[in-house]
Amino acid sequence: MKEKIRLVDDSGIRTDGRKPDELRPIKLEAGVLSNADGSAYIEQGKNKILAAVYGPREVHPRHLALPDRALLRCRYHMAPFSVQERKSPAPSRREIELSKVIRESLEPAIFLERFPRTAIDLFIEVLQADGGTRVAGITAASLALADAGIPMKDMVAACAAGKADGHILLDLNDLEDKEGEADVPVAYMPSINRVGLLQMDGQLTPEEFEKAFNLAIEGCKRIYALQKEALKAKYLAIKEAVEEAGQK
Amino acid sequence: MTNVTISRIRQKQIAQLLSSGKRLDGRGLLDYRPIQIETGIIEKAEGSARVRLGKTEVVVGVKIEIGEPFPDRPDEGVLTTNAEFVPLASPEFEAGPPTEDSVELARVVDRGIRESKAIDLKKLCIIPGKKVFIVFIDIYVLNHDGNLIDASALAALAALTNTKIFKYEVKDGEVKIKPGFKDLPLINYPVAITLADIDGNLIVDPWLDEEEIMNARLTISFDKDGKICAMQKGGSGTLSPQQIIEAIKIAKEKSEELRGLVVKKNG
Repeated sequence: MKEKIRLVDDSGIRTDGRKPDELRPIKLEAGVLSNADGSAYIEQGKNKILAAVYGPREVHPRHLALPDRALLRCRYHMAPFSVQERKSPAPSRREIELSKVIRESLEPAIFLERFPRTAIDLFIEVLQADGGTRVAGITAASLALADAGIPMKDMVAACAAGKADGHILLDLNDLEDKEGEADVPVAYMPSINRVGLLQMDGQLTPEEFEKAFNLAIEGCKRIYALQKEALKAKYLAIKEAVEEAGQK
Repeated sequence: MTNVTISRIRQKQIAQLLSSGKRLDGRGLLDYRPIQIETGIIEKAEGSARVRLGKTEVVVGVKIEIGEPFPDRPDEGVLTTNAEFVPLASPEFEAGPPTEDSVELARVVDRGIRESKAIDLKKLCIIPGKKVFIVFIDIYVLNHDGNLIDASALAALAALTNTKIFKYEVKDGEVKIKPGFKDLPLINYPVAITLADIDGNLIVDPWLDEEEIMNARLTISFDKDGKICAMQKGGSGTLSPQQIIEAIKIAKEKSEELRGLVVKKNG
């Protein structure tokens, strides 16, 4: 029999040293790919994820074009080397579902009606997975959309909460996700108080769910602040470069 | 884009009626359409059921085969769920590889069954690491008139309550099938409830026209003990946190109502 791993110790500290309501260290950067119209990179724990936006651009094949708004297409994909056992590069059923729910979490944020008959293509590549890739992917994708200058109602911040060893925890890592009791990924637009993605698997009472859900929203708000900082940092860097050039 | 797109007048009509607490087909906001469940309709399948939810019609067949377990769970049977949107069910459906929607449907139904641990997979192990029973749940949509998730989850549950597995004996490491059957070890009864938000009004069991104009939907699966075992938001709109909490309360009550239809039927 395999021994049950303890995910939270007696003083409430998790396997990676975090408190129950603590996020993993997050590094966010905008404008990391030169070919894309907008791009972003996120590291959250051991997650390493790139997001790129192309568009608004012409739709191929043409019959997919929508007369009254832009078509948002989204591909969430994991690199074969991103997980312990090599993952086949062909899109799995999981990736097909996640591409759909990620798209549906971002569609309501974008003013798609400003760009009829065009396509906005969004690509999320998970280079290394460490639990919570869909939410980290959304965080990066939303930053990439902002980096592309696409008008949005709000930035979409995403974060998961869940339950492990009987404790409600924020931002589950890979081990907590796999061995824990439940996972609740949430995507949220803080300034309009709307939820664009909500999933759950595992077992939670309605009371536990509410606690986990509120914790995830709290996590989204913290990540939202980091997204704004990352976007500002990019423009500050440009400003500095321009000023430097002007002095010469 | 599709033939099912509905006119703006119809959209307005549905939304206006909803704000006065009524629906176009005469239902209350929290009423399901009439539900009919028949089990054992396919004799060659180890388990089967047909669910009619209004005009939505879904058949689920369960097939049992002997195969290999997953390497990380050598002592457990395997559950796989698949959904087919057969072209005879809707002008929108086309033959071909699974679509995004059919993959989502299968995965949401699967999640409810898997996470509630409805099937005691340990009891489906024949020779640890070598031979286990594989349970194939195949969802066949025959008529699409909205809310395929709830109809499919209910049909899957009904089919599982009705599933028999063949008896066997192990001789010299070989599995021999013996005459006779026993019941599938079913230990939980997950039920999926889908709510839709139209102009800020929450309704249960959206039919096709309502799905066309809904802002977003939320599916919540409850197990027999009233625990949530799966959730899925769908649609390209958003929900408010308050709506989500309210939806859970409604869904919990409704899930007991729907579970009663299946569990009563099978005593």
